[in-house]
Amino acid sequence: MTGRRAGRPLVPAYLSTGGVTRSSRPQLERLSVLTGSRLPVPAGPSAGLPAAALSLLDALDGGSLTVVEAAALLRLPVSAVRVLAADLIDRDLASARAPIPPARRFDPDLLKRVADGLRALKHH
Amino acid sequence: MASAPSSTTDGIHLPDTARDLVKILVAGPFGVGKTTLIDSVSEIRPLHTEELLSEASAQVDDLDGVREKSTTTVAIDFGRISLPGGIVLYLFGTPGQERFRSLWEDIAYGALGALVLVDSRRIDASFDVLGLVEETGLPYAVAFNAFPDAPDHHTDAQLRAALDLEPGTPMVTCDARDANASIDALLALVHHLIDRHPPEHR
Repeated sequence: MTGRRAGRPLVPAYLSTGGVTRSSRPQLERLSVLTGSRLPVPAGPSAGLPAAALSLLDALDGGSLTVVEAAALLRLPVSAVRVLAADLIDRDLASARAPIPPARRFDPDLLKRVADGLRALKHH
Repeated sequence: MASAPSSTTDGIHLPDTARDLVKILVAGPFGVGKTTLIDSVSEIRPLHTEELLSEASAQVDDLDGVREKSTTTVAIDFGRISLPGGIVLYLFGTPGQERFRSLWEDIAYGALGALVLVDSRRIDASFDVLGLVEETGLPYAVAFNAFPDAPDHHTDAQLRAALDLEPGTPMVTCDARDANASIDALLALVHHLIDRHPPEHR
């Protein structure tokens, strides 16, 4: 069989980033939202994008994903996705935003809205 | 836009309306029902990431009943609930052993609080988790997962004493397999968060 039945990535995690282990920008959070810019990806080997970065771009084609969702989808450690995403952001191929707009992070109303929303989910 | 497939079964991409992403940790020892609880309320099939464990963890070996003790990764499950108003609530199943400390800190960063799941048949398995939660300064509530053969002769006061909980810490019982019960447990936590005013710890 040639499939990936065991769910094991074809490229080991430590190679997925092209050998880069540190991201070039402040740490992305697990829930930072990644969005593809939909710009054309420069072609050719000189573009220097590791295959896993291209997979990440592909995954963002369908819509935005959090860092942790991208990691689950690509079967890569969160730390690797942080590096890959930072690379894509540096190349303007993707953008990231914080999980909550800074002004809302301490919005006292937020918790109330979470409670209301949870209550509305209950089946009676 | 219309391009996103709307089949909710594998709709992993964020809804366009998503604006405020928040998280709650569902913390507890192995086998206590974290994934079960997350699964009962998540709108997506719970996903997981494989997390690398740092070294210096080998001497603590209390993975009772858990195979593959030699593994250097741990799977962290998470689920997602979209709420009205653009809020998306993430639940992270977080093991609480001391050996997961650095991972714990990364996952806990920015969390609203923690729901600590406890198995009343082995309360002592939750001591590490409670210790980490308290150290992190995360507000929390305790939920006893109601296993069928759980002893029911303990009073609330005895359980509270056994876990050394403060009087204000909510303590509830829930059946993690049941969505409503899991939501009630989460609500106990969120109400506790509301009552303690805007947190200043993070």
